[in-house]
Amino acid sequence: MASSTTEATSHAADAAASAPGMPQLDFSNWGNQIVWLLITLIVIYFVLSRIALPRIAAVLAERQGTITNDIAAAEELKAKAIEAEEAYNKALADARAEAQRIVAEAKAEIQADLDAATAKADAEISAKAAESEKAIAEIRAGALESVKEVANATAVEVVAALGGAADEADVTAAVDARMKG
Amino acid sequence: MASEAHGAEEGGLVFHPMDQFIVKPLFGGDHIGLFTITNVTLWMAIAVLGIIAMMIMGTRSRAIVPSRSQSIAELAYGFIYKMVEDVAGKDAIKFFPYIMTLFMFIVFANFLGLIPMSFTTTSHFAVTVVLALLVFLTVTIVGFVKNGVGFLGLFWVSSAPLALRPILAIIELISYFVRPVSHSIRLAGNVMAGHAVIKVFAGFAAIAVVSPVSVIAITAMYGLEVLVAFIQAYVFTILTCVYLKDALHPSH
Repeated sequence: MASSTTEATSHAADAAASAPGMPQLDFSNWGNQIVWLLITLIVIYFVLSRIALPRIAAVLAERQGTITNDIAAAEELKAKAIEAEEAYNKALADARAEAQRIVAEAKAEIQADLDAATAKADAEISAKAAESEKAIAEIRAGALESVKEVANATAVEVVAALGGAADEADVTAAVDARMKG
Repeated sequence: MASEAHGAEEGGLVFHPMDQFIVKPLFGGDHIGLFTITNVTLWMAIAVLGIIAMMIMGTRSRAIVPSRSQSIAELAYGFIYKMVEDVAGKDAIKFFPYIMTLFMFIVFANFLGLIPMSFTTTSHFAVTVVLALLVFLTVTIVGFVKNGVGFLGLFWVSSAPLALRPILAIIELISYFVRPVSHSIRLAGNVMAGHAVIKVFAGFAAIAVVSPVSVIAITAMYGLEVLVAFIQAYVFTILTCVYLKDALHPSH
């Protein structure tokens, strides 16, 4: 390649005379290039190692720190939120329990009232029933008596009408016997 | 390339694919002394300014939420830092500024070289050989300082059969000394070849019939060169890390 380019450049009319073939192989200017390269490298090295790299490292570290802190803060807030939720749930559960208790109490009270009223009503009813039964019994007894009297009188009248002399005692005994049967 | 150039020249075309690499004094005169200010000086200075702009101006706000320029600087930092840590190990972190210097210089020089009419400092063997030799010397010195004679264990493949070991040692030794050669020529060669090919295509653009093809080819080559500019900087840096790992942990 070196020789071909040598030919190419030497053929060229206005070829720069200072470049025989590859300018890279012109060792006369190596010293110059090396000097400037070393100066360049030293400058870059100091610029980077003294200023740029520590600064970027600091920025990255700071960012890492910020991110870590933010994550920690977020975790804390999350914990707080969970705590708040728990407190809320607990309050809710308490309120429910309280409500249930109140409902149960009210129910029990109402039940008690109801029971008392029922018992009272039952007592009244049974008292009334007993009274009525008694009245009925009295009336029934009265009625039986009347029936006996009527039966006796009727029997005496019937016997008399039939022409017999009715014995009061016999008639009564007969009526009683009939009524028992 | 030679035959193409000759054929074209007969048609009145002029090719100077290598002229872009000529080192010229900036302020007249033909003699290039050790401290003569040349286009090499200029473009290295521009690289330094570019690095300062990116790494210092870009980060001057030190923002927790980075601006765009700060993001780029942080990206470059993180990229090389992680590379050093992953490839060379945690104890190689103290070489991070040094490796960062190499990477920043090469990547800036490569990309600045892609500006039309610019001068590509990394296309010169003088530059890449010095870079590679610096790495070679650093690695060798660090290897001996850290491990003493044990560094020679790098050449003594203890996992191989005993009979093979001397042969392997010779091969390892040769490969060790070839490292700076391949390390430097890989970078300069890639950069130089790409730039020269672009120039050759540009030469063909003088023929009206061929010029559309030529322009398309230049565009394609330029895209490839953008890739190469970064990849070669990356390769140089990662190889430096690999060599450094050998120096710090010479056992295979």
